[in-house]
Amino acid sequence: MPVITFREALRQAMDEEMARDDRVFLLGEEVAQYNGAYKVTQGLWEKYGDKRVVDTPITEEGFTGLGVGAAMVGLRPIVEWMTLNFALMAYDQVVSNAAKTRYMSGGQFKLPMVMRGPNGPAEYLAAQHSQALQSIFAHIPGLKVVSPSTPYDAKGLLKTSIRDDNPVIFLEGELMYAWKGEVPEEEYLIPLGKADVKREGSDVSLVSYGKPMRVTLEAAEKLEKEGINAEVIDLRSIKPLDEEAVYASVRKTHCCVIVEESWPFASVGSHLGWLISRNAFDYLDAPVEMVASEEVPMPYNHKLELAVQPQVPKIVAAAKKVLYLDN
Amino acid sequence: MSLVKKYGKETTLSLLQSMLLMRRFEEKAGQMYGLRKIGGFCHLYIGQEAVAAGTIGALDLKSDYIIGGYRDHGHALAVGMDPKAIMAELYGKATGCSKGKGGSMHMYSAEKHMLGGNGIVGSQIPVGTGVAWKIKYMEENGVVLCYFGDGAIHQGAFHESLNLAKIHDLPIIYIVENNQYGMGTDFKRVSAVHDLAQMGYAYDIPGKQLNGMQVMEVYDEFVNAVKSIREKPHPLFYEIKTYRYRGHSMSDPAKYRTPEELEEYKQQDPISILLKQMQEEKLITEKEYKKMDNDIKAICDEAVDFAEKSPEPELSALYEDVFAEA
Ligand SMILES: Cc1ncc(C[n+]2csc(CCOP(=O)(O)OP(=O)(O)O)c2C)c(N)n1
Repeated sequence: MPVITFREALRQAMDEEMARDDRVFLLGEEVAQYNGAYKVTQGLWEKYGDKRVVDTPITEEGFTGLGVGAAMVGLRPIVEWMTLNFALMAYDQVVSNAAKTRYMSGGQFKLPMVMRGPNGPAEYLAAQHSQALQSIFAHIPGLKVVSPSTPYDAKGLLKTSIRDDNPVIFLEGELMYAWKGEVPEEEYLIPLGKADVKREGSDVSLVSYGKPMRVTLEAAEKLEKEGINAEVIDLRSIKPLDEEAVYASVRKTHCCVIVEESWPFASVGSHLGWLISRNAFDYLDAPVEMVASEEVPMPYNHKLELAVQPQVPKIVAAAKKVLYLDN
Repeated sequence: MSLVKKYGKETTLSLLQSMLLMRRFEEKAGQMYGLRKIGGFCHLYIGQEAVAAGTIGALDLKSDYIIGGYRDHGHALAVGMDPKAIMAELYGKATGCSKGKGGSMHMYSAEKHMLGGNGIVGSQIPVGTGVAWKIKYMEENGVVLCYFGDGAIHQGAFHESLNLAKIHDLPIIYIVENNQYGMGTDFKRVSAVHDLAQMGYAYDIPGKQLNGMQVMEVYDEFVNAVKSIREKPHPLFYEIKTYRYRGHSMSDPAKYRTPEELEEYKQQDPISILLKQMQEEKLITEKEYKKMDNDIKAICDEAVDFAEKSPEPELSALYEDVFAEA
């Protein structure tokens, strides 16, 4: 099976879907002639031309809203946000229009659009450019929120997202674009709302999604060396959320650590923690632990910046805590 | 030749009828609001009817679209949505055009190409731009009319949209319905320029001011504008000067303006003006007008009756229409 980058997997997904359906078009800053700020859209403009791969001015609200309007009347836009940080400028269009038009119109309109781009901390970019914003999107009814962790998942999930008749926020990570993985040549789709067991285990459930999956898997390996057998669940999509996969794992291991890189207050992880405590309470041997971002704006300094984020030692410590193995 | 004569009986009658329907419908809506049958915000369009009638009258809604703000009852009626469904929506009933989930500010009809009212000031402007994008993309022959108030024109959404529309030659007409007030704020207090028609020039989109009390002027201009866009897609921008007789919403006593000012505008009522012009050209008799008015009043009564008798949405509808099924 070919080994390709996360970036290439995303590009293949868009390319295949654009070839398949004329209504799919791509717009955003630098997506066309510059080949994408992070080169995700490389080659698409050469292939599909000005009509379908469109460079926009730096007007997130304007072009995101344009995508909403186009989707309302039958096109299938992919809006690239250079990063999710700038999507805050478009937040009104996402929340007031993309998420709600279907409901407010009594189901008369579909909003088949994907809004995608890198989310989450990068390196040395400080507070305005390094934040994980999934919780504020996941908070809004009417949006689907997808967060892949491997090239394979990225391609299958993005293709499904493009075919979905609803607005999908598709979260990538700037530092993930160069990650490599096996991706088959033949077409495949991954349904939204199906978590994936990335590692089978019986002692503790580690639940994560997106970029922190990598440190979570590393932590599982570390734990393995200490004789602790961790199961790692990758949510893959935040909304819809595969609760059952999480409960099944908790029923097996009886303890759970949630790992995410967003702030913990009112976050995806804290919500999941509540769900587990409500729906799998009888299976828990310990309170659910969460390893999230520290509750601070991201510092520029690299040492501090790393300390803010979920790291292997924090996850290992949390796992030992729920197993009552600490101290 | 007068415009009334130029366009003849059929067109003028339909414009008159359209405006009168908006007027009577909203008088009824206002009354029902007073009786607490209608809740929430309710922004009446009374006084501004010539804008919706004159602009939408120039469209072919098989290919064209409209989108606007929260003062949207008039536009919904002008595109030919069923007054019953609109009234039922105001009542929040299951039979409403948005199944009771939209209310006053969210009148939608996919069938009539009415892409809604929008409750966020200016939020519809980029969306309308996207609808024009689709027309161009699919090489269709349509035009989008995108309405907003003088209060929305300073937003980034407006400026971002005009720029996009110009660089892509999108078939869209941006219409600022300048009724002179954003809630209680005289637009002159918050606008660096008072001639809003200038605001398109920064994007090389010529702007034109129209008298929104004169429906025939608006209609005539839009017939030509729409035609020019069909020949070769491009954006246009109009400031249509108008006035709302009522407060911003039902809860606003409109103390920020004088009774004299209001009276002055009522003297140029768009419905009376057209009626007078038609009478002068012998296109309508007093008797015919009375009959039209009575028929329209009956339609509005029926709409109320329908709304009254319609069922509330089922509780199960709460979770419906959040997502499209795969
Ligand atoms: C973004 C936003 N800010 C504020 C409001 C509250 N608000 C509702 S209507 C309005 C005045 C808008 O006036 P204008 O655009 O001139 O429209 P008009 O009511 O005159 O038709 C305001 C401030 C809002 N709905 N959305």
